[in-house]
Amino acid sequence: MSYEPVLLARIHKPHSQKLEGYREDGGYETLARVLRDMKPEEVVTQVKDSGLRGRGGAGFPTGVKWTFVPKDHPGPIYLAVNADESEPCTYNNRILMEKDPHQVLEGVLISSYAIRARVAYIYIRYEYGNAYRTLQSAIDELYGAGLAGRNILGSGFDLDIVLHRGAGAYICGEETGLIESLEGKRAWPRIKPPFPAVEGAFRKPTIVNNVETLACVTQIMRRGIDWFRSLGVPPDPKNPRDLGSFGPKLYTLAGHVNEPKCVELPLGVTVRELVEKYGGGVWKNRKPKAINPGGISMGFLRCDLPLKNGDGTEYDTPLDFNGPIRAGCLGLGTGAVTVIDDQTSMVDVLHNVCQFFSHESCGQCTPCREGTGWMLKIMERMRRGRGRREDLEILLDVAERIGIMPGTTICGLADGAGWPVKTAIRKFREEFEAAIREAKVSQYVRPLEVVAAH
Amino acid sequence: MSVLTQELREKILSYVPKYPNKRAVTLPALHIVHDALRQVSHEAIVEIAELLELHPAEVHDTMTFYEFFKGEGERLGQTRLWICRGLACMLRGAYELIEQAEQRLGIRCGQTTADDKITLEFAECIGACDGAPACLRNDVHVMNMTSEKLDALLNELRNM
Repeated sequence: MSYEPVLLARIHKPHSQKLEGYREDGGYETLARVLRDMKPEEVVTQVKDSGLRGRGGAGFPTGVKWTFVPKDHPGPIYLAVNADESEPCTYNNRILMEKDPHQVLEGVLISSYAIRARVAYIYIRYEYGNAYRTLQSAIDELYGAGLAGRNILGSGFDLDIVLHRGAGAYICGEETGLIESLEGKRAWPRIKPPFPAVEGAFRKPTIVNNVETLACVTQIMRRGIDWFRSLGVPPDPKNPRDLGSFGPKLYTLAGHVNEPKCVELPLGVTVRELVEKYGGGVWKNRKPKAINPGGISMGFLRCDLPLKNGDGTEYDTPLDFNGPIRAGCLGLGTGAVTVIDDQTSMVDVLHNVCQFFSHESCGQCTPCREGTGWMLKIMERMRRGRGRREDLEILLDVAERIGIMPGTTICGLADGAGWPVKTAIRKFREEFEAAIREAKVSQYVRPLEVVAAH
Repeated sequence: MSVLTQELREKILSYVPKYPNKRAVTLPALHIVHDALRQVSHEAIVEIAELLELHPAEVHDTMTFYEFFKGEGERLGQTRLWICRGLACMLRGAYELIEQAEQRLGIRCGQTTADDKITLEFAECIGACDGAPACLRNDVHVMNMTSEKLDALLNELRNM
């Protein structure tokens, strides 16, 4: 059965960014109905009952997060939209903002109404210049049409929407890093609790939601809970803590696929189906060797390894909130699926990953700042053919010790830095051992040059 | 003599009503100054701090965290060209493109050509993986780069 996209339904229309076209397709009718007929707490309940889980990476239930705002708070309360999409190989938020900004903005309006926010800040990464300008035009259109500002649609609801531009730092995607950056400070994540819903931006209750999450809010309010819950994977009856994986998801394909693109499917599609059916298969008629199932923080799948408690191999891992965990990965993450073909060296891949985290560690917590640097130095040495026998154990040791789970850091960046290291070494150990034993030199290595002498 | 023109000052101050305090205007102010003056000098930091009622050290602290802004003694060229080295781009030839650009321009990433035309940078994932390998021309994605397309782009930027 083929799936008809909802979140991406409008992106191929001409002028899909314009308010006029969005309204012709029924846009903002949901907002009007919500403002007219529903109380804010009824919106919260509907989103909570839909089972929507945040699309930014952690998968926390959105409606539940909204209920954490203190009751009868005198305000101000803020909505902070996380449009700092920086997880490597992820670009679904960009597509939504560039091609259908009003679907996102309708979600911003409805969500702000639900949590009683009067100002929404959209924190957008600097690298998304086109998305920034498209969103700004869309916001200007809203003010012009009485859909933002004072007394929206005569309902008495006020909302100002402010676009705030980042400056190229991955850590700003961490919700409290984002808040610190918004406040004009270095983006050092905060110790939690207090959680942002209690004390966030400018020390006021703040809900931080991802762009795709807000697009889902628009559709849940428009199409209802039954539609949303008819898609995806219901909770595992044997696991009382499982919240299920309902709704559509925007998967982004990248790396060695024939057609890298953003695909909307119900949660739970397998990696194999996504790559073979929707991505046109692995490029150059090669075989897939490893898959990164949700942004590089999630770790790696090995395509010829049997899948635990399931049929087939890890290539058949279902991409719902539980699937990647069963295969030893950190989680579903952003749903960014990166394919690595059988001609590629895992030493090079892991070096690239370590390079990223070493560059993007914010430097606040010593274990992360130093640990990501150590891991990069070891990988750099290894790809130069100077790996040592003990390197793999040292890498695993560092990767196990840095992060919020072992309790040594404030935020999850270091967990994300450790997971690809742990999964790569455990699943591809023989390749790393061979690289060390044979002193293999990477094709990318250039002779070291003397930059300065002193 | 002040570094910030009246126009720049007004532009910065126009952001103040959007936030509950002036400190939140730090990042917008840095962007405004950086775009216009191609660097944020020590004097510019002092003047931004005055406008926002902050200590210059606070502005400097925020600015240097991001590694995005060129400070005293550095300068942005006419175009800033970032070449993405994220995993998706690396798998499709990004390292080769970075090497090619460095060789053609005779500079390393982070540097500006002597004629002030191009500042070359590497970028961590720029979110253009559907068109990997990709570059960022100032803040606009250039997708599906090849060796030939990079040469053509460098020529265009050098002759702008």
